[in-house]
Amino acid sequence: MIVYILRRLGATLIVMAVVALFVFSLLFLTPGDPAAVIAGDVATADDIQRIRAKLGLNEPFLVQFGGWVGRLLHGDLGTSIFTNLPVTKLIGQRVQPTVSLTLLTLVVAVLIAVPLGVVAAARAGTWTDRLVMGFSVLAFSVPVFVLAYLLIGLFSIRLEWLPVQGYRPLGEGFWPWLSHLILPSLALGTVYMALIARITRAAMLDVLAQDYIRTANAKGLAPRAILMGHALKNAGVPVITVIGIGVALLISGAIVTETVFAIPGIGRLTVDAILRRDYPVIQGVILLFSGIYVLINLLVDLSYTFFDPRIRY
Amino acid sequence: MTQAVLAVQRPVSPTWQRLRDAFRRHPTAIVGVVVLVAMVLIALLSPWLGTVDPQAISPIQRLKQPSMEHWFGTDTLGRDVYSRVLYGSRISLTVGIAVATLSIAIGLAIGLVTGFVRWLDAVVMRVMDGLMSIPSVLLAIALMALTRASVGNVILAITLAEVPRVVRLVRSLVLSLREQPYVEAAIASGTRLPLILLRHILPNTVAPLLVQGTYICASAMITEAILSFIGAGTPPNIPSWGNIMAEARSLFQIAGYLILFPGLFLSVTVLAVNLLGDGMRDALDPRLARRM
Repeated sequence: MIVYILRRLGATLIVMAVVALFVFSLLFLTPGDPAAVIAGDVATADDIQRIRAKLGLNEPFLVQFGGWVGRLLHGDLGTSIFTNLPVTKLIGQRVQPTVSLTLLTLVVAVLIAVPLGVVAAARAGTWTDRLVMGFSVLAFSVPVFVLAYLLIGLFSIRLEWLPVQGYRPLGEGFWPWLSHLILPSLALGTVYMALIARITRAAMLDVLAQDYIRTANAKGLAPRAILMGHALKNAGVPVITVIGIGVALLISGAIVTETVFAIPGIGRLTVDAILRRDYPVIQGVILLFSGIYVLINLLVDLSYTFFDPRIRY
Repeated sequence: MTQAVLAVQRPVSPTWQRLRDAFRRHPTAIVGVVVLVAMVLIALLSPWLGTVDPQAISPIQRLKQPSMEHWFGTDTLGRDVYSRVLYGSRISLTVGIAVATLSIAIGLAIGLVTGFVRWLDAVVMRVMDGLMSIPSVLLAIALMALTRASVGNVILAITLAEVPRVVRLVRSLVLSLREQPYVEAAIASGTRLPLILLRHILPNTVAPLLVQGTYICASAMITEAILSFIGAGTPPNIPSWGNIMAEARSLFQIAGYLILFPGLFLSVTVLAVNLLGDGMRDALDPRLARRM
């Protein structure tokens, strides 16, 4: 077990090193002068030179990369070109809204999607099943921001139940915080729910075809007990895997959702950085999000033994 | 019971026949095909479908609600949204099809080689793992931030984000195919590697890649819209569904139609591609069909 964890940690480090190398070398791989692109169309030669110097583009690649990694390991993600503030500070200021949004979405989506998938599998072939599957195909087809505007149009503008945009910190009270996150979470979580419900259903159908389920049925166990006790626990591995993989959807979606709902989070920071071509900030955000994504999937891998004791490392 | 026996006895049908059978079982896939054909026609025929120049600015006609004159209303510069949405279908379809074709071609090439060359496999797969751990929209954003906005760059950026998943798929197919007796026989009889790939491996990757390709097409269209929406995609002067919606970002309370119409077209197109993909998957992968 310990050996396995260490090996997985090693693999994770390699993956993160590849991510870092890739994100860094993008500056060099892209055609043309990145400094000129970042500076924009109205930049003077001085501006471009200033950005070149700031990004360290005048030095050899390996020197630059070494210095960058060294600073990275000390928790320094560089300095924003636009605001001249450290990227870590910029991200730090924006953490709470994004964590609130994604965590709330994750928890609510899992709590809704897994039961949906279970019900669909238990009633496979019925209208309930078709409804759940239909919802899932539909959810895969509507982009996050279109759904977001539809929700705003219905619940905020037409019915006036919830605020249109904005964010309130948790410190200002629970309801103001929650009311500003309901619609964003719904918009962000729909495709995630569709994915989880679909995989849960597929995994449950596999398990429900097993002999021990028939045995449980034969000995007269209540259907609910079979579904929850026998089937769901054994369908745990694919379900927890897709919950981990789907976090990528939450991360990508958060960028768009925060834009639509004017939530001052890391996603909004990313979009602002794109519009200003503030590459150090983009770099930092990608590294951070990829790191979190890799970490979550590492935890998912390690949790397999809990769901399936047959898996031994 | 009788049906099951009959199904077992029936000989394995060729790909196109299985497709036809599956479409008969899945009327939704036919709906998908019909909608897609309609979209392609709209894209090709957009100049003759009652549209005006999608770029024509008309300051007096700014932000007009949908009417008989402007079916989908007008935007902040007085441009006709109906014309822009119709012309926008060209961008979405181009991006979707180009990304699907390119990423399958590149992924197939890399996957075939890495599946057979052991030392390369370890290196390439670590790189792919790294790329895959960057959420694909973020990866495309990073690429777009460093290049000038153009449809070509959007296609390349999304392709690069999709390639690792194709490589994964092809590699797993190759790894299981190379253990097949007929491949071992080919190796034993001294067939050269390129010929083995071409004759024995490649034909067996067509079906899964066809299915994967439709899903890539669907997700590429959504990614293009997302990129354009946040200002890192198709250049603003080219009408694309994402761009039309991006312009409505600050106006959606007074001009919801700017989101509604392109959003509807985009969703319906992506839905059609997904339905087609589901139908093809059921046809070409009977094992998965039962479950998904």
